[in-house]
Amino acid sequence: MANAVETAKDETGFEPKIVAFLCKWCSSAGSDLAGVSRLQYPSNAVPITIMCSGSMSPMFVLSAFNKGADGVLVSGCHPGDCHYLKGNFFARRKIYLVQKLLQFVGLENDRFRMSWVSAAEGVKFAGVVDEFVKDIKKLGPQTRLKAKR
Amino acid sequence: MTKRTGVFVCHCGNNIAATVDVARVAKEMGEVEGVIFSKDYVYMCSDPGQSTMANAIKDNKLDSVVVSCCSPTLHEKTFREVTEDGGELNPYRCEIANIREQCAWVHKDKPKATEKALKITKAAIKRVQNNQSLTPIGVPVTKKVMVIGGGVAGIQAALDLANAGLQVVLVEKSPTLGGNMIKLSETFPTLDCSQCILSPKMVEVSKNKNIKLLTQAEVQDVSGFVGNFKVKVRQKAIFVDPELCKICDDCSKVCPTVVKNEYDENLTARRAIFIPFAQAIPATYTLDESSCLGLNPVVCGKCADVCEVGAINYDMRPKIITEDVGAIVVATGFDLYGKENLGEYGMGKYDNVLDGLQFERLCSASGPTGGHVLRPSDHKEPKNVVFIQCAGSRDPESHCAYCSKICCMYTAKHATLYKHHVPDGQAYVFYIDIRSGGKGYEEFVQRSMERDEVMYLRGRVSKVYEQDGKMVVKGVDTISGKNVQIDADMVVLALAMQPSKGTADVAKTLKIGRDKDGFLAEAHPKLRPVESVTAGIFLAGAAQAPKDIPETVCQASAAASKVIALLSKDELMHSPAIAKVRLSHCTGCEMCVQACPYGAISLTGPGAKASVNDVLCEGCGTCQAVCLRAAIDVKNITQLQIHDMINASLGV
Repeated sequence: MANAVETAKDETGFEPKIVAFLCKWCSSAGSDLAGVSRLQYPSNAVPITIMCSGSMSPMFVLSAFNKGADGVLVSGCHPGDCHYLKGNFFARRKIYLVQKLLQFVGLENDRFRMSWVSAAEGVKFAGVVDEFVKDIKKLGPQTRLKAKR
Repeated sequence: MTKRTGVFVCHCGNNIAATVDVARVAKEMGEVEGVIFSKDYVYMCSDPGQSTMANAIKDNKLDSVVVSCCSPTLHEKTFREVTEDGGELNPYRCEIANIREQCAWVHKDKPKATEKALKITKAAIKRVQNNQSLTPIGVPVTKKVMVIGGGVAGIQAALDLANAGLQVVLVEKSPTLGGNMIKLSETFPTLDCSQCILSPKMVEVSKNKNIKLLTQAEVQDVSGFVGNFKVKVRQKAIFVDPELCKICDDCSKVCPTVVKNEYDENLTARRAIFIPFAQAIPATYTLDESSCLGLNPVVCGKCADVCEVGAINYDMRPKIITEDVGAIVVATGFDLYGKENLGEYGMGKYDNVLDGLQFERLCSASGPTGGHVLRPSDHKEPKNVVFIQCAGSRDPESHCAYCSKICCMYTAKHATLYKHHVPDGQAYVFYIDIRSGGKGYEEFVQRSMERDEVMYLRGRVSKVYEQDGKMVVKGVDTISGKNVQIDADMVVLALAMQPSKGTADVAKTLKIGRDKDGFLAEAHPKLRPVESVTAGIFLAGAAQAPKDIPETVCQASAAASKVIALLSKDELMHSPAIAKVRLSHCTGCEMCVQACPYGAISLTGPGAKASVNDVLCEGCGTCQAVCLRAAIDVKNITQLQIHDMINASLGV
């Protein structure tokens, strides 16, 4: 993990801005576990804890890209394990459509990602962020949906 | 929007301060619009830290507060209490920014970690500035408890609860109470007879007016929430009326079907109509549908013909029973690790390779041999018996990684019991380590070595096979460094414990977590060992982790006392952070009604607009994500608040 952090520094010094929407019951707790286990991962992703991945409105994704995010991550409970019975099934369907929409408007696929991380998967959480940051670094800054001001 | 926000940044000793420039966070956050007070302190959660916060709220007339510290799962409750009690401000005006687990602990670069901490804290400020004051919603509780599993854990929990005056529904899958414990012969380290100590408790359950016992029943569906669960239980038809059955045994004498007897661990046989054992509770015969010739008087019908009291009725059908309960205790117990997984020890292939529970039955006075240790193949007394510990345990490559905890002790007990039954025999034990922590446990193991001359060999067994009527055990003694071969008459494997087969399904139905080995997951490994992650559902016994009888009884009583404390109140407080409809925007399209996992939204009133049932709503926000007109929002995490948080997270 430490090695990955080292190699992630690229020459241009580009540090992607990422918003990570984490379900309170699984991925946010999983990120807490990553913390308790002192796993190291890049600091680019700023977490926003939401009640359920099912409460993830497509507007939040568009809003984040509009405000200049280089990547958006949504992380919820594994399908079948939703704290609220079936919220993550809604999330899965909706996010598929958002992905299609983003493709349609010409945004790179890798900029928007959904992951399933349970409260017990601290290692997985650190890995997901690590990999996401690396992939976004390859893509460079996001300008397609960023508001011009 | 609030105008007088206070920000408190915690150093957490050096936990946060080592990687986050806390003074800078406090300073820069003090300059955010609407923030009028900002301070860093070494331990916000300490007594002086809490008073600092309470006084700052009062002195500066703060109307919203952010504490930038550890995860909200740890201290959100603490700081909201400070806000309410000391600061005299509504607790929902306080939000936590997690800059420890999600920031300081996972990054090393101080400037970058500080940047991230600034964004996290600013996002929390933007959120709290649009928070409303909320009051928890009181919900009446059902003073009734469901206990799932009728082993010693379930029995103990049910009795404790019933004796405290609560109504209990005890659900057991098999035809009788007793679980694994009732099969044991004697228990370590005192060697008191297991049946003698458990049977009276089983009778107590059947006599207790507060306990409703449902055997041959399984939980099918659970809905609701802490204080108000609705549980659907499916009870199989047993085809015998327990009220009429006189336990005369006439029916099983005429029954033509013979199948293996599960209670005797398949060492004996039973009929299709049977009673598991004489002391079974409920005390009635039961007809096993799967082995009966057809529940049809035309095909057989012998048992019904001979039953003088007419207790047998082939027309009985399964029942679905719905129970309203306030809390649930899960005590689904353990099964032994599948013998089919241990081919190298010949388990399942040779009659004279037994597992620990089968050996218990051989030693038991009520067992297949009437308490004489005889080998199953030829009913001769075995003169050399090899006990193999850690069969399936402590073997991360091929089997279970964990220690099954009780095997060291029960193997020492088995060897001792064997010597009591066959004084001129020799017992050998292969072990990796001897783990005998517990009152009187170490002394018991020592006694088995010294007085009963059990030979302990430190090492693993590589192979067990049959040759000339003997079980040849090949292993290594790592202390002498030599290969060992023992020509034994019988081999007993201390198989690993694993959660009982139904545990996975129960966990799924109840929506409680399991750990990597499949045991039920506790809410906190140290501080909340009997609670599941779901409020109102508690754990007891070996379904949570391998444990012996005293520990199981402890945990069952602990779970019961947690339930008693929970149900001692007349009302439980339900989170007020629930969905709210903006009627001016709602068109009554029903998208939210269909999306709500709890059926909490319905169309009411003039113009049929959405309305939320305060008690049913859990505040998940699935509704807000489907509403096309943003007409529904979860209080204190509204869509506008999330947009503000997105801005703050991106440094906009």
